[in-house]
Amino acid sequence: MLTYNVLIAVALLYVVFLFGIAFFAEKRARAGRSGWVSSPWIYTLSLSIYCTAWTFYGAVGYAARSGLEYLTVYLGPTIVMLGWWWIVRKLVRIGRSQRITSIADLISSRFGKSTSLGVIVTLIAVVAATPYLALQLQSVTLSFAVFAEAGGTHWTQADLSRAALWVAIGLVVFTIVFGTRNLDANERHHGVVIAIAVEAVVKLCALIAVGVFVVWGVAGGLGETLQMIDASAISKWEQPAGRWVGLTFLAGAAFLCLPRMFQVLVVENVNENHLSTASWAFPLYVMLMSLFVVPIAVVGLNLMPSGSNPDLFVLTLPLAEGWNVLAIFSFLGGFSSATSMVIVATIALATMVSNHIVVPLWLSSRGAGAVVAGDIRLVVLLSRRISIAAVVLGGYIYFRLSGGGAALAAIGLISFVGVVQVLPSLVGGLYWRGATRWGAIAGLVVGFSVWAWCLFLPSFGQGAIIPVSVFENGPYGINWLRPEALFGIEKIDPLLHALLWSMLLNAVAFFVGSVVTFPAPIERLQGAQFVNVFEHSTGARAWTQSAAEAEDLLIMSQRILGPTEAQQIFAREAARQGKAGYLPDVTPDFIQTLERNLAGSVGAATAHAMIGQFTQGSSISVEDLIAVADEAVQIMEYSNRLEAKSAEQERTARQLRDANEKLTALSIQKDAFLSQISHELRTPMTSIRSFSEILRDGDADPATVERYSGIIHDEALRLTRLLDDLLDLSVLENGQVTLNIQEGSLKTLLDRAISATEASGRRLSIRRIVANENHLLNTDLDRLTQVFINLISNAEKYCDAEAPELKITLRRIGGRHVVDFIDNGSGIGKASQRVIFEKFSRLSDHRKAGGAGLGLAICREIMARLGGEIVYLPGQGGAAFRVTLP
Amino acid sequence: MAKRVLVIEDEPNITEAISFILSRDGWTVHTHSDGETANERIKATPPDLIILDVMLPGKSGFDILRDLRAEEGTSELPVLMLTARGQARDRELAEKLGVTQFMTKPFSNAEVLESVRALARD
Repeated sequence: MLTYNVLIAVALLYVVFLFGIAFFAEKRARAGRSGWVSSPWIYTLSLSIYCTAWTFYGAVGYAARSGLEYLTVYLGPTIVMLGWWWIVRKLVRIGRSQRITSIADLISSRFGKSTSLGVIVTLIAVVAATPYLALQLQSVTLSFAVFAEAGGTHWTQADLSRAALWVAIGLVVFTIVFGTRNLDANERHHGVVIAIAVEAVVKLCALIAVGVFVVWGVAGGLGETLQMIDASAISKWEQPAGRWVGLTFLAGAAFLCLPRMFQVLVVENVNENHLSTASWAFPLYVMLMSLFVVPIAVVGLNLMPSGSNPDLFVLTLPLAEGWNVLAIFSFLGGFSSATSMVIVATIALATMVSNHIVVPLWLSSRGAGAVVAGDIRLVVLLSRRISIAAVVLGGYIYFRLSGGGAALAAIGLISFVGVVQVLPSLVGGLYWRGATRWGAIAGLVVGFSVWAWCLFLPSFGQGAIIPVSVFENGPYGINWLRPEALFGIEKIDPLLHALLWSMLLNAVAFFVGSVVTFPAPIERLQGAQFVNVFEHSTGARAWTQSAAEAEDLLIMSQRILGPTEAQQIFAREAARQGKAGYLPDVTPDFIQTLERNLAGSVGAATAHAMIGQFTQGSSISVEDLIAVADEAVQIMEYSNRLEAKSAEQERTARQLRDANEKLTALSIQKDAFLSQISHELRTPMTSIRSFSEILRDGDADPATVERYSGIIHDEALRLTRLLDDLLDLSVLENGQVTLNIQEGSLKTLLDRAISATEASGRRLSIRRIVANENHLLNTDLDRLTQVFINLISNAEKYCDAEAPELKITLRRIGGRHVVDFIDNGSGIGKASQRVIFEKFSRLSDHRKAGGAGLGLAICREIMARLGGEIVYLPGQGGAAFRVTLP
Repeated sequence: MAKRVLVIEDEPNITEAISFILSRDGWTVHTHSDGETANERIKATPPDLIILDVMLPGKSGFDILRDLRAEEGTSELPVLMLTARGQARDRELAEKLGVTQFMTKPFSNAEVLESVRALARD
C-alpha cells in the first residue's frame, strides 16, 4: 500500500513538474526568446508522441505474443522519415504556406476549402482516435492497478473505471490549460511541445533503464539473455510476409495521417530545416525504444507466472524483483507516453472539431451579423475547451464499453486502419492535380464505412454491436457482406482483411470520383498550389533579409489596424528592444509579429503580401496574388453562405461609391469649366467676326465704321485678357509657378497697384488708413501687387455707390498682418459670398466689367501659393475683402 | 409689310451686329436682353421669327423655347437658336425642344441672313 501512495505522490509531482516546464516555455516564447524551445532536437523529441503507451507497454506484450512483428510499427515511420524529402517536406511546406491548422484543414483546403470534407475527416479522426485514447486511459489505469496489487489490494472493475475517470479529468485540465490558453494565429503551443519533449526523454530513459536492469540485473548478462531469446518461441515464430508488408505500410501511413502526428510534424514545425535533423534522429529514437523490447518480453515470459499480462512486464518485472524505485520510474515512462499522446491528440482533434464543426454550426445558427469580430474569439476558445473534454470523454466511454479487455496492440492497430483512410486523399491531393472534392469525399466515405464494418464495430466483440449471426451469415443473409469475410474472401487475418479492402475500395472510389467529376475553379487553384508548392514558395516564410523601414511599416499598419493599436505594437517592440520612445529596429521576429497582427485584420495571405511589399522591396509575387485572390474567393463564398453583409464589405462599397461620386463630380466640374471657357471665348469672337464682316462689306458710313472698329478692338483686348487670366490660373493651380521672392514695403506695393488701376475718368476715391505703410514684406511682390490690383479694379467695376469709395486698412490680427479692402457699395449677397472665389462666378452685369470672372479665383490661388489668404468679410456694408499677408 | 424679327440676346455688341445686318436686309428688328421677361414680350407682340441666345440672365434660352412650344399661339413660331455653347449635347437638347434651326457662335453674317430669309418666308 505504501508503494501505491508513493506512486500517486510521484505522479502528482511529475505533473506539477510538467506544468512548470510548460509555463516556463510559454513565458520564454511570449518574450520572443524561443531559442532552444524551437531547436531541431525539441522538434524530434516532440515527434516521439508516436510512441504512446501502446509502444511503451504494448510493444513488449506484442513481442511476447507475436515475436518480431512489433518492429513493423517502428519500421513504417522510419521509412517515412528517412524519405522525408518526398512527402513530409511537401506536407510541411504546404502546411506553412497555407497556414494549415490540422489534417482536416489540409484536406478541406486542398479540395477547395470544402466544409463537408473538413467535417468528414474530423469525424473519421475522432472516431478512429477514440479507441486509441481509451487505450491510453487503460494503460495508465492498469499500471495503477499493478501497483495497487503489489501493495496487496485487488482492484475491481469499478476501481479501474474510477481511476480512469480521474486520469481523464486530469488530462482534460492539463490540455485545456496549455492547449487553449490563447488563440494563436498559427496554432503553435510552445509549452505543450516542451512538456512532451521532456516526457519523450523520460519514457526513453525509463524503458532503457528497465531494459538494462532486465538484461544485466535479472537475466545475468548479455550472453545469457541472447541464449534465452534463442531458446524462446519468439525467435522461431515465422511471420507471413504479407502481414509484415501490410503492417509496415499501415504504420508509415498512420504516421502521416494521425491527427496528433500531423500536429507535431506539420503544425508545430517552426522551421522546415528541422526535418533534416529529425529524419535520422527520430529513427534513432524509435530504434532505442525498441532495443530492449525482445529481452524484456523473453525474460518476462520466462520468469513471470504464466497468465500474467505481458503488456505490463516493464512494471511487473522490476516490482517482482523488489526494485520499487525502478518500477516507479518505469511507471513514469508509461505515464509520460500516455499523457503526451492524449494531450497532443486532444489538442489536434479539438482544433478540428471546433474549426470544422462547432464554429461553422455556431455561425450559421447565428445567421446574419455573426461575423462581427470580438466575440468570436471567445466562442472559438470555448468550443475548443468543450471539444477537448468531449474527445477525452469519448475515449473514456469507449474504455468502459470495451471493458478494457482487448490487448493494447490490437486496439492501436484498429485505430491505425481507421485513420489511414485519409491517405488516398492526402497523397492524391499532394501529387495529382486531377483529384477532386467528390473523389475525396467518395474515397473517405467508402474507406471509413469498410473500416467501421470490418474492424471497428467488430472490435467491441462478436454480438456486442453486430449480432453473431451477421458474422456468420452476413447482414440480411447477404453472405459476401460478412464483416470479416468481405466478398467471400475468408481466412485471412481480420486486420489485414480490413486494411486491404478499405484501402483498395477507398483508393478506387477516390480515383473514379475524381475522374468523373470536374473540379471547381477554387479546387483547381488550390490543387495547383498544393501540387506545385515548391515552385512558388520560399522555404521558410520567415523574413530573413529585410529592407523594410520601420516608418513605412508603421504607416501601413496604422492604415490597417488603426493608429492606436498599431502604435501600441510598435511601442511595445521598441520597449522590448530597449529603445522606448523611438521606432523599433525591423527584426525578422518583429516582422513576423506584425504580420500575425495584420493577418487578424485582413487575412493571412493579404497580410503576407502587404509585408512582402515592404520587406522585399519588390512587388507582390504571383504566389501572393493567387493567395490574395484565393482569400477573396473564400471570403466571398463565406459571406454568400452566411448571407451576411460584413462591415468590411460595406465599407469597401461605400469607399468605391464615394470615389465614384468624386470622380463624377470632378468630371462634371471639368465639363462645366470647359463649356464656360468655350462660351467666354466665343462671345468676343462672335462680335469680332460679325463686325469685321460688316466692315468688309464696305457699305457702312464712316461713323459706323469707326464705332465698329472700336468694338472689334475692345473685344480683341477682352479676348486677350481672358486668355492671359486662363493661363495664369492654370499655372497657379498646377503649382508650376516659380515665385520671385523679394523684399519690399507695403507702401510701394499699394502705390504700384493704385497707379496700375488708374484708368481715364476714375470715379473711385481711395482712402488708405495704413498705420505703418513701411511694413516690410518678403514675398513675391509682383504677385501680391496683382492681387491688390484685382481688388481695386473690382471695386472700380462693381461698386454701385453714388460716390464710390474704397477704404484700404492695414491691421495686425493674431500676430499676422492683414490688409482689408472695403468699398461703400451694396456688397455681395450672402448666398454669393461662398462662390465668388470660384472660376467664372461673375455676379453682376458683366459687360460693364469686361472680365471673365477669373480675377478672384486667381487672387485666391496666388495667396495660397504665397502662404497667405484672401477671404470675404461679411457685414462691412460694402464689398469687403481681407488679405492676410504671408 | 416688313417681317419682324425679335433678337433675344444679352450681349449688346452681338445684338447690335445682328440688328445691323438684318435691318440692312429690310427686316424690322426688335431686341430684348432679358430672359425672364422674354416669353411675355413674345406673347404681347408675336414676331415672325425669333433669334434666341441660350445663356441669358434670368431664364435660359432652352426654357424660353420650351415655354414657347407649349403655348398655343407660338408652338409653330420659327426659332433660330444662336449659342456660344456649341456642344453636341446642347444641339440635341435644342432639337428635342423643337428648335427650328440651331447655329453656333461665332457665326457668319451671310449664313444668319440666309437662315432668317428661309425660315420667315411664309
